[in-house]
Amino acid sequence: MRHRDFAAFILPSAFAMVLFIALPILSVAVQSLFVEHEQVVVTVESCGPFGCETQEKVDTQATAALRAEQPLGRFNGLGTYLNRAHLAVDEIGVILSDNDGFGDVMARIYNLPFYKALAFTLVYTALVTPLAMILGFAVALGVNNIPKIYKGPVIFLSLLPYIVTPLIGSLILFWMINSDGVIGASLQWLFDDPELSLKASPTLTWVTLIVYGIWHMAPFPFVVFYAGLQTLPQDTLESAMIDGANRWERIRYVVMPHLVPLATFVGLVLMMDNFRVFEPIIGFSSEANATSLSWSIYNDLNGQVDQLFGSAAATSILTMLGVIVLLMPVLIRTWREFNRKAH
Amino acid sequence: MDSKLGQSKPLMIATGVVLVLWLIAAAFPFFWTVWGSFKVQADFFSRASFWDAIFGPATTRQTGGAFTLDGYQGAWVEREFYRAAWNTVIVTVCVTSISLIFGTLGGYALSRSARKYTMWILMAALVFRAMPHITLVSGYLLPFFELNIWGYLPTAIIVLVAINQPFTIWMLHSFFQSIPKDLDESAMVDGCTRFQAFRWAIMPVMWPGVITTGLFSFLLAYNDFAVTAMLLNQDNQTSVPKINSFLGTVQTEGTIMYAVAAVVSATVPLFILVMFFQRQIVSGLTAGAVKG
Repeated sequence: MRHRDFAAFILPSAFAMVLFIALPILSVAVQSLFVEHEQVVVTVESCGPFGCETQEKVDTQATAALRAEQPLGRFNGLGTYLNRAHLAVDEIGVILSDNDGFGDVMARIYNLPFYKALAFTLVYTALVTPLAMILGFAVALGVNNIPKIYKGPVIFLSLLPYIVTPLIGSLILFWMINSDGVIGASLQWLFDDPELSLKASPTLTWVTLIVYGIWHMAPFPFVVFYAGLQTLPQDTLESAMIDGANRWERIRYVVMPHLVPLATFVGLVLMMDNFRVFEPIIGFSSEANATSLSWSIYNDLNGQVDQLFGSAAATSILTMLGVIVLLMPVLIRTWREFNRKAH
Repeated sequence: MDSKLGQSKPLMIATGVVLVLWLIAAAFPFFWTVWGSFKVQADFFSRASFWDAIFGPATTRQTGGAFTLDGYQGAWVEREFYRAAWNTVIVTVCVTSISLIFGTLGGYALSRSARKYTMWILMAALVFRAMPHITLVSGYLLPFFELNIWGYLPTAIIVLVAINQPFTIWMLHSFFQSIPKDLDESAMVDGCTRFQAFRWAIMPVMWPGVITTGLFSFLLAYNDFAVTAMLLNQDNQTSVPKINSFLGTVQTEGTIMYAVAAVVSATVPLFILVMFFQRQIVSGLTAGAVKG
């Protein structure tokens, strides 16, 4: 394809991506170096019947003017990255130099907002990805065995948790686990504990969110593995049987090599999607016990009084770095494959 | 077939049990909530027994019948959910069609070129695809405030189109690769320009891939919360952020059934979509995996 034709065809798409993905990333990087203006404080002397006193007052007009003039705020360098709400370098230093052992260090670091969000995001990604894949694979094996007429409806029902809007899916489950809801009430009855609430303790909140994640994500590996099972190389399986391969050998040397590339693909997509976990935290109103990186950004931007652009931008940049680290293996593989094809 | 796969009887029973449990877990919450949305709060969130949500004694007491449309009435009429629903229609239709126009052109170009920059574009798209949407939103807000374009539907539409592009061009790129190059190249030998070859040789055969990709563009636009919640003002809100804003107000006023009704209303289109396009959704989900 000629360069000129290529450029003409790709232009609208490339333009949209540059303007609304690449530039915003730059904009985030710039914003993260700035911080909101402090309020302009003026000293006024007010004299009353009991003498004069000086007062410090916030000059709202001057503050608003300053903010309108320089919307970015004032330059702060890497200050936002290092402050307590993000990497908390000073606080970590104090914790490391003065602590009562490993458990204490962990507990105190976990209390810093950024690390709290990071911990949940990583645990969620690390648990939901493999567990959803295992459940998806088990369901795929099950669907593979049922008579053909049931397959359509079964696949239809199985797709629902994945297709439904994440916020809506989490709300539906949230209402059910409510202590007045059907699952919440049944659990109270089952454990004979009328005080039992999945919302109260941090551990139970984490478990709830992770179970939600598996429920929401499992249909995707299910569909991919099911399609993989349909395209198993039948000839190879038959020749393996004729050659005397037992059941385990057939799984090990025929089925698994066929499914491993699918599993890699599914694992990657799930990891990318799980790392951005956000809506369930809102749906389950779990921000007291579990927050994620995406949620912290949303929370900064959604501030009731001030929108903390600098703080949100710094968290965004740190999140993006995390995404790139997660993606590194794929990027290297894509690059190698392309070079192999080109030569 | 089963014996070839190497499955034994215990394994088949085990997977059968998993399947039944999974189907209950996957489908029950939806049916429960749809059923419950026609009850009053005292039944759906019953302190006495969850059987109330099924038989609805309080609903019968309060409204005279076992089913009531009070929740829907409150959400759609009193709280004007129809506005949000209409905004959702505008956003999803525009996003899907613009994404597909941009995406087919871009995906076609990428599939027909083996130059170095093709790879860079695809790799950039992969990185962009992985970016959490909310990180991009934090980059939009300040510039959009300054340009005075914050809060309007067209802004959210173009942003969603852009966020959609990486996924769309990857999917259509691998779809176009499965269409033989001879098709458009022979058209060009016959004297067509590149665009004419695309128009007359490729377009007639591209619809299966376009429809599948379109479904996923639709889902992304419909299911989005981060972008529409942050970039639209109160009047222009779409359904999902509207439901979220319901939660803040309804819980205090004891009208949580409005939110339940709104949630069910927003789920119904997805039900219908899966019902009619199940095969395309399944093939779209597996496309990336099979073609690598």
